[in-house]
This record gives sequence, C-alpha cells and structure tokens, in this order.
Amino acid sequence: MLTDLFANIDAGDLWEATYETFYMTILALIGTCIFGILLGLLLFLTTKDGIWQNKYINFIVAALVNVFRAIPFIILILLLFPFTDFLIGTIRGPNAALPALIIGSAPFYGRLVEIALKEVDKGVVEAAKAMGAKTGTIIFRVLLPESMPALVSGLTVTAIALIGYTAMAGVIGAGGLGNYAYYFGFQRRDFDVVFVCTIFIVVIVFIFQFIGDFITNKLDKR
Amino acid sequence: MISIEGLSKIFTADKQKLTAVDNLTLDIKDGEIFGVIGYSGAGKSTFVRLLNRLEEPTGGRVVIDKQEITSLNSRKLRLARQEIGMIFQHFNLLWSRTVKDNIAFPLEIAGIAKAEREQRVQELIDLVGLSGRENAYPSQLSGGQKQRVGIARALANRPKVLLCDEATSALDPETTNAILDLLVDINQKLGLTIILITHEMHVIRKICNQVAVMEKGKIVEQGDVLDVFLRPKQPVTRKFVQQVMGSSEEDDDLQLLMSTYKQGKIVRLHFIGETTNQALISQLAKKYAVDINILQGKITQTRAGAYGTLFVQMDGKAEEMNKAIQYITDETSVEVEVIRDAN
Repeated sequence: MLTDLFANIDAGDLWEATYETFYMTILALIGTCIFGILLGLLLFLTTKDGIWQNKYINFIVAALVNVFRAIPFIILILLLFPFTDFLIGTIRGPNAALPALIIGSAPFYGRLVEIALKEVDKGVVEAAKAMGAKTGTIIFRVLLPESMPALVSGLTVTAIALIGYTAMAGVIGAGGLGNYAYYFGFQRRDFDVVFVCTIFIVVIVFIFQFIGDFITNKLDKR
Repeated sequence: MISIEGLSKIFTADKQKLTAVDNLTLDIKDGEIFGVIGYSGAGKSTFVRLLNRLEEPTGGRVVIDKQEITSLNSRKLRLARQEIGMIFQHFNLLWSRTVKDNIAFPLEIAGIAKAEREQRVQELIDLVGLSGRENAYPSQLSGGQKQRVGIARALANRPKVLLCDEATSALDPETTNAILDLLVDINQKLGLTIILITHEMHVIRKICNQVAVMEKGKIVEQGDVLDVFLRPKQPVTRKFVQQVMGSSEEDDDLQLLMSTYKQGKIVRLHFIGETTNQALISQLAKKYAVDINILQGKITQTRAGAYGTLFVQMDGKAEEMNKAIQYITDETSVEVEVIRDAN
C-alpha cells in the first residue's frame, strides 16, 4: 500500500540523497563552527574596551560579516562558482557545495558567537586577569567554556539554517534531498517524491534540534 | 609591605574628566587587616583595582613587597598578580567548573603539575571549610559557600596580599560574620596582609586593625580603628561610626532620661577599648553602697576591646557615689561624665 502511495520513490536514491544531505550539513557545520568561532572571537575581542581593542580590525570584520550575511544564499552560490571550481575542482556534487555553505553560514554563526561571548560575566574575566591569566587562557579556559551552552544552541540554530541551504544548493546540482526533490520530484511532476523529501528534511531538522537541546542542557550548570 | 605614593586614576568619558582616585598616599604594614570604607562612588573599588592594575593608574606608584607593581611589563605583571589574591562582591566563580576546578584554576594558570594541584586544592578546601562539596557546581552553593570558594581560589598560589572588594556586601549578616571570621583566621594562620574595601562600618569594626575613610577619591581620615571610632573627625566618618553606634538621637534621649529619672546622678560611661575590666557595673555595686540602674547604651566589641557609651543612673550616699566614680576614673580606661548630679 505504501509502495502504491509513493510509487515513484526509489529507496536507493532516497537514501543516497539523505546521506548527501547529512554529509553536506555535518561537514559544513564543522567548517562553520571553526570559522564562526574565529569571527565571533575577533568581533568580541577587538570591540571597544575588549582585550584586543582595535577599531580598524573590528570595523573590517564586522563589515565582512554584514556583507556576507546580506547576500541571499542562492546568489552567493552563483557568485562563488569560480572560487569553488578553483578550490574543489568542480562545481557539482556535495563537496562543491561546502565552500558556499560555510561562507554563507559562518558569518551568521559568528554573530551568534559574539552575542554568546558578550553574555559571559565580565567579573569572571576580571577574576582570571587578577589571577595572572594570559589572553589565551582567558579565551580557552574562561570565555569559551563559560559561553558553551549559548555556543551550542547557536550552532543548533545554524545547523537548521544549513539544512535549508543544502536543499537550495541541491537545486543547482549539489546533490542531497533538495536535489532529489527538484529533479526527480518537481521536474517529473512526481509530487510523492517532493513530499517524502520534505518529510525527511523535517525529520533531520528535528534530530538536530533534539541533539542540540540535549547537549545544551547537559552543559548548562548555571 | 605595601606603599602607595601619589596614586591617581582619572577616567575620561565624553571629554569629561572624572577623578576616581586623587593623589593617594598610604602605607600598609605586613600582616595587617587594612579597611577602606566609603560610600559608593568614593573611588574605593577603583583604588583596590589599581593595586593589581586591573585598572591602569594615571599616575603614582604602588610597591608591594619591594616590587614596584606600577613599573612591571605585562609578563612580569601576570607573575606578580599570581601573588596577589583577590575576592569579589559577586564571587566571580566560573559556573562551568566544580568547586575543586574553580580552586584549581589559578594553579593551572601558574603552571603547577596536576598531582600537586590536587593536593593543594584539598588543603584549601579544608582550610575554608568546604569539605564534602568538592564536586558541587557554584549554582548549587549558598552565597557564603561561594565566597569560601572565592577565598580558597584567591589563596591557591600562596599570595602575600589579599584584596577584598566588597567581599561581604552580597551576603546576609550571619554569613558576613562567618566570612569575616574566616578572614581573620587566615590572616592569623598565614600572616597574610588583607586590604578590605567596604561600605559597612561593622565589617571594619569586626576585623580591621587600621581604617582609611575615602571620599571623592581622597583619604579623608585614617588611623587605628579604635581611634577613628572614638574621635571621628570628618562628618563622613561620623556617619559611618553612627552606622554601628546609632548615636545621632542621643541628645534627644538625654533630655528624656533626665526628666524620667529624677533620683540620683545620671552618668555617661564611655568605653574606649576597655579590656581588663569586663564586669565593671557589678564590681561597682559590690564595692560601693550604690544602686546602679542601666538606662540605655550601646557597647560594641572591636578587635582592640569594648567601645561604646552607657548611660546609668546612680543612687546612694553622695560620698559613696563619688568614690565609685573615682574608682572608674583611676582603675579603668572608661571615661566618666556626670551629666546630672544628685539633687
């Protein structure tokens, strides 16, 4: 009966598309996490009265972040085609989607990281300074651990945005569920495929949200 | 031990200059508990932050244990800070770390090996009375326990100086007393010099040897705690002394006393660090044929003895009464003032 309802679904294709969506999301998430934290730290530390207070660097980083956040993702992919081609050697497939995914979401996550760091009690940073801590110690043993729940919940939000981005990237040839839904569903007028892909994406979003919430709660000892 | 010369800090905000600490000169002796009292905005918090350069001084010198803090480069300053403990009003513990790991943090900063760190942490936990709470997170502790963690953390690298920035201001009176007792205890056990910032005079009364009163960035009065209690010179100091003694309504009360108690003498006894003669009133009653009625008063204990005022009504034969008064004057350090003679 189910096979009648979803007559056009090929289980092998569906699983491969799901795998590709996971693949893109997780690799892009790792990249976003690294670059986002770097950007967030840079924004936070160079701000006025920050540890590395520097008007110029702060201005440049903030401008870059704002510009990349302002570009709609679908256009960002197109803009980055030459860069992707140079970096990955192709503009098709899940790997080719990674640069655009990371560049598209790292600035967003960077802002979330900055907000998370601003929430860290200034008194605790002061206490660490009074103990004679180096800036590196303050970053890695105070700022990041103390903001960890916010960093993780920010990453969860970013991951869900990323899943949306992978679907968009799929439509222009990156693979994954978006690709499957568009080429095998929409273009062939097989809407059962579109429907199943939607359900799968929703389930993936739920899984990420659940894991994110679980980790956030585990980490938060406040 | 600590000498401060011409220390000042000027904040510039929106082209306006604010002098938080104004050309301050001070000497603090080894092993002393030195209190700095002032209202909020007097510059006392800035002052204590200048000592370990959490705020950069605009001018002046700070020398701690022969080391000129104000001339150190940033690397040497970090090392010097490891020998200056500091505790805070809001404790400033890392919520992401357990009690044990919070106390271990300064040891990690100082690069001490893990085994030694654990041993030292255990010693400190015992010292501040937190045994059994090693693995709790700060959020599971009461305010007093949090400050104990703060104190243990500040003592981890065996500092010579402990800076306390309003360390008891967020605590209830009972917990405040427990924390103050702990500070006195470590002051005596470890011979630590403590500099304590507060706006509460009873904190000064309870544990300090020396006190400085700050107002508008300057020290307006300074000296032995007892002296300052006894002879407050500045209006601001008098206000602080009244916090503890509550003597502002004394004059009104006096009129009432004299009209209510018409018999005998009314005498004011002024206790100024009396320690030898604790049972003064009962001794007088035993030695001389006088009746003594305590009317009102307030006696408080400082580290240098009892301080306060007591109003008593004394009745009996004039001769006996005079002998009794003579006895107080000669044998004790209590000052006597006959407010109204027997009629």
